[in-house]
Formats: sequence, structure tokens, C-alpha cells
Amino acid sequence: MKIIAVCGMGIGTSVLLKMNAEKVLRQLGIDATVDATSIAIARESRDAQIILTTPDLVDQLQGLPSEIVAIEHFFDLEEITEKLSASLL
Amino acid sequence: MGLPRPVSNFPALAKAFAENSIRVGAIALDREHAIEMAGELLVASGRSTPEYTESMLEAVSENGPYIVIAPGIALAHGRPSEAVLEIGLSLVTLAQPVVFGNEANDPVRLVIGLCATDHSSHIDIMAELAGFLGDAGSVNSVLNAVDSDQIRLLF
Repeated sequence: MKIIAVCGMGIGTSVLLKMNAEKVLRQLGIDATVDATSIAIARESRDAQIILTTPDLVDQLQGLPSEIVAIEHFFDLEEITEKLSASLL
Repeated sequence: MGLPRPVSNFPALAKAFAENSIRVGAIALDREHAIEMAGELLVASGRSTPEYTESMLEAVSENGPYIVIAPGIALAHGRPSEAVLEIGLSLVTLAQPVVFGNEANDPVRLVIGLCATDHSSHIDIMAELAGFLGDAGSVNSVLNAVDSDQIRLLF
């Protein structure tokens, strides 16, 4: 399963999100990798099952086949767990 | 300081925050001003050129205040380019919280500046940054620090 974490540039915010999402996935026992990427690249990609991003960027990602999960607080593992579980389990 | 210090918990952060990269109790008029200060510290510490600060500001005007990643914390950065001399971080604590326009996480009290040379070589730094900023105690200690030496002792 492919999950991507998206921010404007793909080097800062999305990398932090990727790290915490991978932590949560391990705890959930789900085998998935999370790639950090920029919004420009994300808009061209069709193969991610889930796109993790921030509420500000959701509108720019509409229309893709992926399910979009918006995270407000990147260090709140409970929020990430709850939202990822709702999508995956 | 002259005090013996314990073994660093965050060796990659200790390296990424070069001399002159931390400013405590700054007064920012608005979010652009706050981001500019984080950019200027990357320049002052020899990690980027002023053009990079411009790209940090462009990122927010293009994509909005998504850089406020947690309550009170903004991660300001541009894209890897020739304006980045070396991977680096900067840190500004704000004397007065500043509204960035992020409903969930405003107002901002801590701005972290980041410059990276590519998409992958700063991963060890980001892993430590996630651990450090994810710890409420560390963030509180940063916000309560009265000078940059107190912040450095946390890494």
C-alpha cells in the first residue's frame, strides 16, 4: 500500500508528517511506506491509496483517486492514529 | 557557560543549529516578519543566502499557512536551491504570539527555519526535530528560555 505525505515543497512539513505517520502505522501493525512529496508532484500521482496532508492544501488535491486525510496537529499521534484507522481499518 | 553538559540527545539538531541561528524573545509585526527573521538567522549562521528567505515567504503566500504544524509552532522553509549553502535550522521565539492564519494551530510562538540541499539528506535532522518538537516539555523549555544558550542545552 502506498501512502504519501504532502506539503508545499516536500522537504519540511511533509517529512515530519511522514515520520509520525510511519510511527502510527507500526503501532497499528500495518505494513505501508509513507513517501514525503511536494504538492506539484502529488497532483500528478495516481497510485497512492491515501494522501496525508494539512487542511490548507486539501482543496488543491481534490480530483485525485486517493483518499485525502487532513491532519491538523502533526505531533498528535492520537489524531493521526484516529484518522488513519478510520481510513484503513 | 563552563558547566559540564550531558551527552547530547539530539546530535543532528546540535549541528544543524549553527552559531547565530537562534533568537529569543523577538518582536514580529506579522507572519511575514516572523518568517523573515527565521530566514535572516539562516543567512547569519552561514547556511543560506537572502534569496532563500524570499522563497520561504513565497511558499506561504502560494500555499497558505500550512506551515503551522502544531499549536504555536511554524516550520518555515523554501525549496532546495542554490540559495542553500548547507543544511541548516534556525529558531525564533516570539515575545508576542503572531497570527499566521491557521485556524487549528494559531497563534504562533515558535518559528523554526529550515534549509535543505535536496529532498533526502536532512532526514536524520528531521527525525530528531520530530522527536524534539513532539515533546511538550521540550517545547515549553524553548518558549521559556531567556537566551539561546538555554535552548542549546536542550539538544
